[in-house]
Amino acid sequence: MFHKHYETLRIKMIVMTLGFSLIPLLALGVTIYYQFNNTFQNKITESLRTLAQNRKSSIELFFDERISQLNTIAQTHSFERLKEESFLTKVFNVMQSRSKSFIDLGVIDSDGNHLAYVGPYSEKLKSVNYAHEDWFQAVQSTGVYVSDVFLGFRKVPHFIIAVTSVENNRVWILRATINSAIIDEIVSGAQIGKRGDAFIINRKNILQTTPRFAGNLLESPNSPDFSSSRGTTIELMSFKGEESLYGAIPISNPQWVLVIREDPQEEMALLSGAYYTEALILGFGVILVILGTVFTTRLMTRRLIEAQKDKAKSEDLMIQSSKMAALGKMAAGIAHEINNPLQIIGDQAGWMKDLLESEDIKKSENFEEFDQCINKIERQVNRSREITHRLLRFGRRMETTQEMVDINHLLAETITFLENEAHFRDIQIQTEYDELLPKVSTDPNQLQQVFLNIIDNAIDAVGQSGQLRIRTSTDLKDPKELVVQISDNGPGISKEALSKIFDPFFTTKRADEGTGLGLSISYGIVEKLGGHIEVESVEGKGTTFYVRIPNV
Amino acid sequence: MDRFRVLVIDDEIDFVETMVKRLKDRGLEADGATSGPEGLDLLDNKDVDVVVLDVKMPKMSGIEVLREIKKKKPLTEVIMLTGHGSVEAGIQGLQLGAYNYVMKPVPFSELLTLIVQAYERKLIEQERDS
Repeated sequence: MFHKHYETLRIKMIVMTLGFSLIPLLALGVTIYYQFNNTFQNKITESLRTLAQNRKSSIELFFDERISQLNTIAQTHSFERLKEESFLTKVFNVMQSRSKSFIDLGVIDSDGNHLAYVGPYSEKLKSVNYAHEDWFQAVQSTGVYVSDVFLGFRKVPHFIIAVTSVENNRVWILRATINSAIIDEIVSGAQIGKRGDAFIINRKNILQTTPRFAGNLLESPNSPDFSSSRGTTIELMSFKGEESLYGAIPISNPQWVLVIREDPQEEMALLSGAYYTEALILGFGVILVILGTVFTTRLMTRRLIEAQKDKAKSEDLMIQSSKMAALGKMAAGIAHEINNPLQIIGDQAGWMKDLLESEDIKKSENFEEFDQCINKIERQVNRSREITHRLLRFGRRMETTQEMVDINHLLAETITFLENEAHFRDIQIQTEYDELLPKVSTDPNQLQQVFLNIIDNAIDAVGQSGQLRIRTSTDLKDPKELVVQISDNGPGISKEALSKIFDPFFTTKRADEGTGLGLSISYGIVEKLGGHIEVESVEGKGTTFYVRIPNV
Repeated sequence: MDRFRVLVIDDEIDFVETMVKRLKDRGLEADGATSGPEGLDLLDNKDVDVVVLDVKMPKMSGIEVLREIKKKKPLTEVIMLTGHGSVEAGIQGLQLGAYNYVMKPVPFSELLTLIVQAYERKLIEQERDS
């Protein structure tokens, strides 16, 4: 019951301590995890945004340069001059010397007639009329036209840029075909890592560049449709069961959309190292907290149990002493009340004896019988007198005399009183005196009575043939006390008897052998001298009395 | 042995009676009283050598009676009977001039020895006085 109670308490303490320490620890761990995750996600998103914006700028710059190049030529040279093929060739050569991406160059009048052409397909394109082409309509209305990528009969991905110029109220068009490889090159620079991809789509969701993984040029890409994106989109999206981080950014002219795809796993791989470290620290912390909690709780519970035991012990001692005090008073009262009648009985018997001495009665037939009866009465009165006197001594607690006493010497002297008895019963008394035992200030007479009582009891307990061991020492735990240990190898004392052993009138001896006061008186004496008596006993093995005397 | 006079004062009448009888049987003059005042009256009228005085008595305690005795007849020896279990009373008696104290119940022979010794001391004291 006692230990179960502490076990429950211990578990409660462990749960409480673990709760109070682990919950904040785990909360901290989770917060760090999410904070970290968020920051990193933001960082990935931001870097993707920056990447997309940079690429967009590069692409737009590329187009702007080409457009302004064409514009410059169209604005600074007259229509008449440019439609001369030799001059156009010269101009084209200058352009190509700066950028190989120009494939051909042509001049078209307002009616759509291809008047001059420099490039690899002069045969096919020279006399073509573009009046009904969509791009021809478009460039006339907007002044600048950039086509989507197409293969045409060149079988090389390319696109066209056309600009208009007005001369003498007549509109004419300068048209160039440009290899789109350079766009592919710019875009492929954004294909990051092992699984990253980047491509351009037009507003009809048709690929304008060749992606790494997302399909073929001039087909729809294997990705969510970003063709109608208006602003920059950075989003984690799932496509065909595969989750990717997509960044889409519209390009102003032509009306394309740059799409960059990143593998989040690949990006987050950098973070997983940090997670691993965090988890390790957290795990280590948790283990440390658990171990610490279990250890300190165990320690605390043990201390608590010890304190409780000490308390119970001192309470027992207190109860015992107050019991002794009350019983002492009662014993003295009873003894006094009985002494008077005893005195009278004794005197009456004595008087009868006196009378029997007179000669007349001596001759009586029953004289012997009377005489015996009176003797018995006197004997029993004396016996009762012994008891009441001991009771009175027990109750009285006479003032003690204090002197410096050598406990070893006192014990040796006490043993001499009982040596004959022990020898007669074949009981050996072994002594083991601590030679360095200090002298103490105490009452030798009373202490001797205590030793006599205990040793006498031990001899009675052993009965015939056995051993007594008497040992003196300084208490190692508490050097303020000397310990006299009196052990016997008698039959031991039962648990029930052990709890009552210091109670007055408690005895296991026959009525005419003991009064049950010896140990009770001894207990009272030792308590009064500032020490205490303890007893340990194992049934069948023997009993040990510890008399603790203050070392003063 | 001289015939000397013993006075027994105790509130237990049975004790007093028997004691007186037994003392007389041993050839002594003996009187009994069952209270302090009664004993003091007797003391006034008779020349008592030794008083056997119980400590615990109603009306007037043995200690008070002892004081009176020592006031009236300082040479009278007193043996205190302490049934009370208080050695203090006995010791107090000694301090007030009692010859000795003895704890009840006391065997007659022992008491008789004490009475004789008390009487002998009284004789010594008397001689010294005269």
